[in-house]
Amino acid sequence: MSVIELKRMANQIRQDIITMLVPAKSGHPGGSLSAADILAVLYFHEMNVNPEDPHWVDRDRFVLAKGHAAPVLYAALVEKGFFPKEEILGLRQTGRILQGHPDMKKVPGVDMSTGSLGQGLSAANGMALAGKLDKKDFRVYVVLGDGEMAEGQVWEAAMAAAHYKLDNVIAVLDYNGLQIDGTTDKIMSSDPLNDKWKAFGWHVIEVDGHDIEDLLAAFAEAKSIKGKPTILIARTVKGKGVSFMENQVGWHGNAPNAEQAEQALKELGEEAARLG
Amino acid sequence: MAKQATRDAYGKALVTLGAENKDIVVLDADLSKSTKTADFAKHYPERFFNMGIAEANLMGTAAGLAAAGKIPFASTFAIFATGRAFEQIRNSIAYPKLNVKIAATHAGVTVGEDGGSHQAVEDVAIMRAVPNMTVLVPADGEETRQVIRAAADYEGPVYIRMGRLDVPLLFDDNYKFEIGKANVLREGSNCVVFANGVMVAAALEAAQDLEEEGLDVAVVNVASVKPLDVETIVACAQKTGAAVTAEEHNIIGGLGSAVAEVLSEYRPTPLVRVGMKDTFGESGRPLELLEKYGLTKKEVVEAVKAVIARK
Repeated sequence: MSVIELKRMANQIRQDIITMLVPAKSGHPGGSLSAADILAVLYFHEMNVNPEDPHWVDRDRFVLAKGHAAPVLYAALVEKGFFPKEEILGLRQTGRILQGHPDMKKVPGVDMSTGSLGQGLSAANGMALAGKLDKKDFRVYVVLGDGEMAEGQVWEAAMAAAHYKLDNVIAVLDYNGLQIDGTTDKIMSSDPLNDKWKAFGWHVIEVDGHDIEDLLAAFAEAKSIKGKPTILIARTVKGKGVSFMENQVGWHGNAPNAEQAEQALKELGEEAARLG
Repeated sequence: MAKQATRDAYGKALVTLGAENKDIVVLDADLSKSTKTADFAKHYPERFFNMGIAEANLMGTAAGLAAAGKIPFASTFAIFATGRAFEQIRNSIAYPKLNVKIAATHAGVTVGEDGGSHQAVEDVAIMRAVPNMTVLVPADGEETRQVIRAAADYEGPVYIRMGRLDVPLLFDDNYKFEIGKANVLREGSNCVVFANGVMVAAALEAAQDLEEEGLDVAVVNVASVKPLDVETIVACAQKTGAAVTAEEHNIIGGLGSAVAEVLSEYRPTPLVRVGMKDTFGESGRPLELLEKYGLTKKEVVEAVKAVIARK
């Protein structure tokens, strides 16, 4: 996809996020919207996946370590054609496939069940080790949250990825600065993240997580790095694209009602019109 | 009687399986000399991953390897596997039903001198309560060999509980372990003893002593704690009318509880549980600890007599 098409896709993903959260009446819009551009670039430019064959052994893998942002993953998957569009209206509802957090057993295209924070990078590393063993050239992409940086397992996994020289792991840190109880610097400071990841043996690229061209360049650089894993520290805005949700901690885990959704979709529609 | 620790049999079984199946990989957390995965590491270094002292990451990495088609054996001590990494096992392995074998050694008080902090007495209870998890507790070297093979052949998460101590070799290759099946080692009509792990040998000795006192006691090896062989357990209870359980584990949540659940539901039967009486262990020589905590044939004999008296 071209840059403009990716921008349109990110906008579509944002619209899908809002749309699916309304009937769900619960869920996490803030951290889903902040990762929409990242997921658009991953699924529509970066990753080699096949919706017709979700378990294709040579595919690139994706792990949403910040599993509560499931709506952004479901939106990307549904736009890619992994499952029918009407499924998104069944989010979080009894008997439907779209669980509150990603479930690899139920949802075509979900490569790892996640949701309990801190566990995603370890699983990504395991997939990457398997890829190295089998001499396959697939990559494993993982999106982490910044609140998640407080989980010790993230750093166990960071250490291990560098130890095993997993240059087939590319992580993206969705650095939106907010978590449930407030700003990350108030709840548990994780800065300086750049220095921390570097010290753990990673190649670090700082990037604007809403700038498609920036993201494309960063992924291209990540793929050129040999012998160590790469992390993109992506500066993002929680709730990005919906004016009243942006940088509002209250929108971490609350679904919009019909009226709020209408307003959000109106704004996103105007943005779509601008993108042509 | 010849002896072998189940962890030693595990190490050897891994080497054999590793040659047969290239998808088998092994992870350890800086305990490979103790868990005996070091042998596998020596033979197949490219398929061995030492994760350092980081059990949470070990389990998560094993999950990822399984998601990409490997058959990981994730090894550490029972307490760290099921305690430190419980939620990784629960959410990254069992919930998505990934094909990870959690091969835990150093279970129970027979850990010995390292003391109560390192002696898991609750691991079976923890693992048994996790949906999708299979829980296996082999009694000797031969059974361990078969358990490891069965676990590798089975598609899904398995918890295997092994020990540090050299224990009597009870079985030869005529023995047949099967997931979900209990093995009647000795028929009897007065009482049945359901045992696993190190307590199988104690139960057999107890039955022999009791025979001299005129009591006919059946001994059943319940290595497959989950799935449980309900049919065999109920049939033995029906036949004998009195049951004893014996395990190197807390009497809460392990084999004793599993048998009690089944019997109260299908065949209410007088029951006495031999095991750790809701207490932690301590430092000491393994055999002395077994004696101190009531995990010998003597307690099994007493339990059998007590339960028969309640018929």
